[in-house]
Amino acid sequence: MSTEEGLKFIEELDRFGEINYRWVVKDEEETDPKYGYLPTKRPLNYYIKYGIINLDKPPGPTSHEVVAWIKKMLNLRKAGHGGTLEP
Amino acid sequence: MFGFKEYVCVMQLHKSVDERRLLEVIKEFIGKIYQKPPVRSSVKRALRIRTIYYIDVLEVNHPYVLMRIGCEHGTYMRKLCYDIGLVLGVGAHMRELRRTRTGPFNEDKNLVTLHQLSEALYAYRELGDESMLRKVIMPIEYAISHLKKVVIRDTAVEAIAHGANLMMPGILRFHDSIRKGDLVAILTLKGELVALGKALVSSKEMAELSKGMAIKTDRVVIPKGLYPRAWKRKGEGK
Repeated sequence: MSTEEGLKFIEELDRFGEINYRWVVKDEEETDPKYGYLPTKRPLNYYIKYGIINLDKPPGPTSHEVVAWIKKMLNLRKAGHGGTLEP
Repeated sequence: MFGFKEYVCVMQLHKSVDERRLLEVIKEFIGKIYQKPPVRSSVKRALRIRTIYYIDVLEVNHPYVLMRIGCEHGTYMRKLCYDIGLVLGVGAHMRELRRTRTGPFNEDKNLVTLHQLSEALYAYRELGDESMLRKVIMPIEYAISHLKKVVIRDTAVEAIAHGANLMMPGILRFHDSIRKGDLVAILTLKGELVALGKALVSSKEMAELSKGMAIKTDRVVIPKGLYPRAWKRKGEGK
């Protein structure tokens, strides 16, 4: 796990978020590979727990029900959704 | 956090209207509008202002009008259609609705079905293959990809994980467009989301100042203990 990989991931985030702000580099440092993870390389259970799904929800069930199903499928204690459409 | 929404909706007009007048009236709803949440809503039903960023009329096929609408979160499409009908004088209601964007997530951004999730799980549980799950699920960092960001030293992480505000010396790099009061995402050098906070200073001040508080920590995301403590506990000797 290199600092370079981390910075590249952050660049990729900016691209995904469709923003093009410029970066100001105040100081440089290396990150210690002993602690933490590159988000894409998190061990699976941690990856899922700190994960997000862009779900095309089917029209029948409510968002609430779908979240409940996903919690069961993935064995999660906590999960939420980004907002319901109106009834 | 997900301040921007986009919807595609079908509005049904109750009587026929001249198409030019229809487009004129729709145009009037672009910008700031008043809305009172409908009866069946989870919010307080007070009159409030919401912004409609754009309304693209995709197709008019009487009595149906297909529109793509970009708006501030908390804007009710049902009420918008009803109000358009009111102004037109003929009445209208929302017939169908699909949200096509929430914050950074639109239909082009790794949209998956429950079926795909289920298949990815099967591949993992039965075949030991993680790759599909890792495609269907994205790291939470993608949820803040549209926000302004500040990257901090490893030594500053654990304090923030405990709710401390971010101090200037902890900052390594940041977006140049941060204004005081902005919502910002605090990241590690590995790209991990540490917390969301509110900027107490602008980018310019962040660049110039070497002391003081930079960001007020609002919502911690990273778990405690992932990074080592960099401060002395009470009772620890020199």
